Amino acid sequence: MNPVQFVLDVLSLGGAYALMALGLVIVYGILRLVNFAYGELIMVSGYTMFLVSGSGFPWLVMAGCGVVMAIAAGIATDYLAFRPVRAKSVTAVLITSFAFSTLLQNAALLFISPRPRAVPLPELFSRTVEFAGVITPVRNLITIAVAVVMLGIFSWLMRSTALGIAMRAAATNFRMARMMGIPANLIISAAFAISGLLAGTVAILWIGRIGTVVPGIGLEPLLIAFIATVIGGMRSLPGAVVGGFLLALIDTSLNYTLPQDLLKFRDAFTFSLVILILLWRPEGIVRGPASGQRT
Amino acid sequence: MLDIESLEVSYGAVRAVRGVSLGVRKGELVTLLGANGAGKSSTLMAIAGAVRATAGRVRLDGADVTGATPENMVRRGVAAVPETRDVFPDLTVAQNLQLGAFTRRRDQAGVIHDRETHFTHFPILAERQHLPAGNLSGGEQQMLVIARALMSRPSVLLLDEPSLGLAPIVVDQIFDMIGSLKDSGLTILLVEQNAAKALAVSDRAYVMRLGRIEAEGPASEIAAATELKSLYLGAEP
Ligand SMILES: Nc1ncnc2c1ncn2[C@@H]1O[C@H](COP(=O)(O)OP(=O)(O)O)[C@@H](O)[C@H]1O
Ligand SMILES: [Mg+2]
Repeated sequence: MNPVQFVLDVLSLGGAYALMALGLVIVYGILRLVNFAYGELIMVSGYTMFLVSGSGFPWLVMAGCGVVMAIAAGIATDYLAFRPVRAKSVTAVLITSFAFSTLLQNAALLFISPRPRAVPLPELFSRTVEFAGVITPVRNLITIAVAVVMLGIFSWLMRSTALGIAMRAAATNFRMARMMGIPANLIISAAFAISGLLAGTVAILWIGRIGTVVPGIGLEPLLIAFIATVIGGMRSLPGAVVGGFLLALIDTSLNYTLPQDLLKFRDAFTFSLVILILLWRPEGIVRGPASGQRT
Repeated sequence: MLDIESLEVSYGAVRAVRGVSLGVRKGELVTLLGANGAGKSSTLMAIAGAVRATAGRVRLDGADVTGATPENMVRRGVAAVPETRDVFPDLTVAQNLQLGAFTRRRDQAGVIHDRETHFTHFPILAERQHLPAGNLSGGEQQMLVIARALMSRPSVLLLDEPSLGLAPIVVDQIFDMIGSLKDSGLTILLVEQNAAKALAVSDRAYVMRLGRIEAEGPASEIAAATELKSLYLGAEP
């Protein structure tokens, strides 16, 4: 095993996982609700890129369309699935977010196809380069770079902008944040929009590994994001990032060490380790903000 | 300025506020007294829009604002400091103040000016402005939440038990501050357990019991009415 190769694998997988997890936890932190339709934001982004693939636009424009549609789908999730029932009950919201997820998947099945559809990718994504003595796919380096940039932007947004600070306030004490004059709907829609931005970015990187999109593509990222946030700490943004990289470390280590015939059971090993981590730290590795009543 | 008419608040089967009517005129400091559980906080939070009123009317300068959201009430000039003294513990003191001015984001110069004014009144907040607010003592947190509420430049301030659980010297500081806020012309509705100190700075007072107003009058009269003391002093001697 080459250590450079290993580190590159962990960082590129971890970067994607961390972005997935952040997109889920940004909404969870404020509403204390898991958005089950999160994976479908990735799906929407993938199909958007497929639909515009014949347009002849430069690839970056097509990728931009994918991200914009993921943001739009994120905001639509708020308006259609969350807002109408938010004040009623937690169960109602969980059900509507499930329903919204199923609706989007079925729309893809019905109007596009159950079979994989090719997504345009720049030629660069399939190339490899030699980096520090190892041969590695360029898209892994792109993933690392994009993750670093996105995490940087995200951290700046949450630390230094009025909206970001208001969102952090709302995540610790939603009622008090509203009593500062911070509009609840603005904060929630912003969280969904950021969630969509992260999902759209992840979609490009994630689909870049396989090159196709299917209606069920969102399930794995949702699961990854969920596990990463659970081990990192559901109520902490840095925790989501830590959880993402840790999960990538576990997955990559297992990929490197498990014998070939056990590799198909990798997820079982991963989950066992996750359970061990949770036995050790039931609240996740990074504790959330001190006060944390629900709305 | 603030007119409450037949306000009712219920939590499930618990009828916390049962037809409360009260008024606060412009520039007045009015205290709401009452034993624990009388419904004072529920009244205040219903006015602030943080708790839903099940019946009744809230009027601000004649406009019906019943059922307005908390963010809307702030924009209309009503700032509230709940008794839970909720600082945002992970945000710095300066960021907490900045959030108080969320509705004034377009007036950065004014916001900075106000923040500096609060810093001169509370040098301790200036000293600790870059620390997480969760690190402050109880008294400092109380000063912070009041200063934070003032950052929205409210015309009405709702204060819920600002002296709760604080050391006597800090209590005096808080009451000095309330006095000077009143002198600056701010309209204040104050809920207090410390009746003597509250009545000393107030113009008028209401006494609540079991969700109803039992008595009202000029602060000096309420303070002199010995028969009322058992109502708001609870079990205290
Ligand atoms: N969130 C709540 N849920 C249920 N009951 C509540 C809630 N808040 C207050 N109460 C009840 O309402 C009544 C009035 O409470 P409150 O308004 O806090 O009174 P006070 O501020 O005068 O002590 C009490 O009986 C209290 O137990
Ligand atoms: Mg109270």
